[in-house]
Amino acid sequence: MAQGVWTIAEQRDGELRKITYEIVSEGRRLADVLGQEVTVVLLGSNIKDKATQLGQYGADKVLVADDARLETYTTDAYVEVISQLVRANDPAVLLIGASVQGKDLSARLSARLGVGMAQDCTAFSIEAGNLIAIRPIYAGKAYTKLTFENSLPQMAAARPNVMSISEPNASRSAEVIDATFTMDDSTLKTKVVSVIKDEGGKVDLTEADKIVSGGRGMKGPENFKILEDLADVIGASVGASRSAVDAGWRSHTDQVGQTGKVVSPNLYIACGISGAIQHLAGMSTSKVIVAINKDEDAPIFQKADYGVVGDLFDVVPALTEEAKKYLS
Amino acid sequence: MNIIVCLKQVPDTESQIKIGSDGKSILTDDIKWVMNPYDEFGVEEALRLKEKFGGTVTVVGLGPKRVTEAIRTALAMGADKGVLVNDDALNGSDSIATAKALAAAIKNLEYDVILTGQRGVDDDMGVTGAALAEFLGIPQLSLIIKLEVAEDGKSVKATRPVEGQALTIESSLPALITAQKGLNEPRYASLPGIMKAKKKPLEEKTLADLGLNAAEFGSSARKVKILEITPPPERGGGKVITGETAQEKAAELAKLLHEEAKII
Repeated sequence: MAQGVWTIAEQRDGELRKITYEIVSEGRRLADVLGQEVTVVLLGSNIKDKATQLGQYGADKVLVADDARLETYTTDAYVEVISQLVRANDPAVLLIGASVQGKDLSARLSARLGVGMAQDCTAFSIEAGNLIAIRPIYAGKAYTKLTFENSLPQMAAARPNVMSISEPNASRSAEVIDATFTMDDSTLKTKVVSVIKDEGGKVDLTEADKIVSGGRGMKGPENFKILEDLADVIGASVGASRSAVDAGWRSHTDQVGQTGKVVSPNLYIACGISGAIQHLAGMSTSKVIVAINKDEDAPIFQKADYGVVGDLFDVVPALTEEAKKYLS
Repeated sequence: MNIIVCLKQVPDTESQIKIGSDGKSILTDDIKWVMNPYDEFGVEEALRLKEKFGGTVTVVGLGPKRVTEAIRTALAMGADKGVLVNDDALNGSDSIATAKALAAAIKNLEYDVILTGQRGVDDDMGVTGAALAEFLGIPQLSLIIKLEVAEDGKSVKATRPVEGQALTIESSLPALITAQKGLNEPRYASLPGIMKAKKKPLEEKTLADLGLNAAEFGSSARKVKILEITPPPERGGGKVITGETAQEKAAELAKLLHEEAKII
């Protein structure tokens, strides 16, 4: 019988990414309800030393696939190895982080295993021993509650920044196991040939703790400077609405909304954004939403926890100065 | 070069989503259906590859009869021919079943590159493209914003933005590419294009035509079962920040974010 909760660790340059701790913590919570063990699958090259940390966050076992060909993620190699390990061990639940890499991996892996998959979930629970997944559809205009049928492992990917990370327990440790697998080089058809780091080193919107976002009300690309100033002070990343991106003021990678990034920061400050449905869809799972807009009837105010009716060109710089007082 | 584009039809992104009385479906009566925005990038990229390398662009859609509108739009943009997989038994299929039907429709066609959107903006799953690549036994390059096919048409370099980085990935062809926003600016169909599209071939296929067993498709065959669909959680009534001046409002807001929300 299928047994155990598995989570797939995500590492970059040998360092575990935040999403890994999110899904290991969530996996621990689910495994406790089931009364089963948590196994973390860790793929990489010379990566074994990271297993200690995973134990502190709730792993009972860490299955390490150590191979030079797994140092950098490729769909081919990771799907090949993980599918072999899953088939050999028959876990009941398989959790992946819905980062860009995790979305690519989970989609192909579900097809390889021939199982159903719930992408980009915002909550999990166990009912009658089965995994229940909640996920937004239509970019959050509706939510769906899902279960799995004749489909093992029950496979789901968790939206980044949503699952809470447990306090690490330094006295906890995991059993480290060397994974057994085979890889045929002729099946590896893709390889990463270059990596270019984003300029500025800002945290990606999907992982950001705070976001300051600008829309049509910014009136031009040069005015985003005032949002960047606020973002620098409070430690935020800068996003944009579709109209600001379509006007060419900001890069596509900054777009928040149904056809852009779906974000869940702790603080989202919308400046000069009216709140078109497709924008609201991309940010409505933010924990605290602030709207700053001249138009008191703007739909964004209905989603906002704090609304300021006023000219953003006066309010935002003033807010930057006020925030400094609390952060200095 | 032979290029295939897979597309679906989705509710326009400005649509209100209303839940059916069964609590498990979406009401579709008032919905304006459009080509999935990410698939538009796929169509545009296919046309650009054709302009550079020559060849044929075949559009493959799956869904009810209305999906022919989206296929005709792609034909009007410049694609050469269309295939619609249309069978009542497909209603409610999950991503894996959808990909199986698409793979059956595509496996006997000639192709070097398959393009599709990185996800449909309805279910937001992003699984069909990868699953299609799996069933065809070809590599996938997902969430791509830049695509360069080698002069000899045998390999491709594709750029994928990941959190804080952009990766360039090389692959042999054939391969499947899923389009992310930023890949290109889709063209509008011209009036002559629209006229021409009416005469371009558009074939319809049922599951039986593709040699598939209807029992493996549709809602009853779903491996991921929908228990219920609900409206998004309501957000509690927000506070309007009062104050005479922008300065006062900013001070009040910062105070609330610090003391009440405890976030700065």
